Amino acid sequence: MKTNRTTATLALAIAGACGLAGAASAQDMVKCYGVSLAGENDCAAGPGTTCAGTSTIDYQGNAWTLVPEGSCTDIELPAMADGSARMGSLEPLERDRPA
Amino acid sequence: MPAHRELQAAFGAALTGTGVPPGVIATGDVARRFAVYRNTVQHSLTDALSQRFPVIRRLVGARFFDAVAGVFIRAHPPRSPVIAVYGAAFADFLDGFPPARRLAYLPDVARLEWARGLAFHAADAAALTPAAFADATAHDPDRVALTLHPCLHLLGSDYPVVSIWRANQPGADPAPLPAGGEAALIFRDAGDVPVLPLDPPTFRMIGALAAGKPMGAALAHADQDQIARTLSTLLRHGLIVGTAPFQNTRFP
Repeated sequence: MKTNRTTATLALAIAGACGLAGAASAQDMVKCYGVSLAGENDCAAGPGTTCAGTSTIDYQGNAWTLVPEGSCTDIELPAMADGSARMGSLEPLERDRPA
Repeated sequence: MPAHRELQAAFGAALTGTGVPPGVIATGDVARRFAVYRNTVQHSLTDALSQRFPVIRRLVGARFFDAVAGVFIRAHPPRSPVIAVYGAAFADFLDGFPPARRLAYLPDVARLEWARGLAFHAADAAALTPAAFADATAHDPDRVALTLHPCLHLLGSDYPVVSIWRANQPGADPAPLPAGGEAALIFRDAGDVPVLPLDPPTFRMIGALAAGKPMGAALAHADQDQIARTLSTLLRHGLIVGTAPFQNTRFP
């Protein structure tokens, strides 16, 4: 077999891949609840589902958008009506639910 | 009174045609009432295409999109009662749609959006852990072929499809588009369907693995670092679901 590398190189690459796979990637995205503008939540389910673009109010607590890992709770959002801070969450929120 | 099968066929044809199908009756003006029904079908199928191809709609605008959808729906009425699978032919249709000819990148963007839907609705499969993968490839890795997750889709394009798609996501900031083509890795991850850009060698390697070539042949022309990064991308996203010793002598 004519290749420009050896089986040993492949074995080393596999070992390296298994090491890399354990580490989080800078590209990893997480679901962040409570930060989407109305109608702009992310979803690939498509027609016949009740998923994409179905949030009806801004920052709806059970609608999510993918954001880079670690940034969810740092997204700047307007304060709540009572003046308390509004924050994104990795779990669905009870605040800002449609009536 | 036509037989049920004939009535159904005539009814279906009239949904994308004109006139009232024979055998259909209504209280009041039957032509007007059937037109309401026909319009509702057209509207709901246009909505379905809008939801499946939101970036295409954004790129061409709502009026153009609705017009294209109307022509497409007449040429390709649904063949399945499952609305989630409507639109398989839309990308190829755009390819041959003269008014969209100047937007040469549209068909590939539509293919990307369609692949995301397929990825979302693909079957589940249990991923190999890195440790299990290491075990399975410890002996003669050159002859091991991989089974990749059924949600995995690859798309190569002469246009920067990943950048175009990303720039047209909700809330995305406008960004200059790179020149030349891009390749995409599309898969399902915890209910979302990420679109990752792949460099050409990685695209070729994953494509060869997906085609069932053993690692020795699929990864032949890459260096250790490229192979490690490619395999770690697949492992990290749970896209390797099985391994098998390769028997075929076509790839010795």
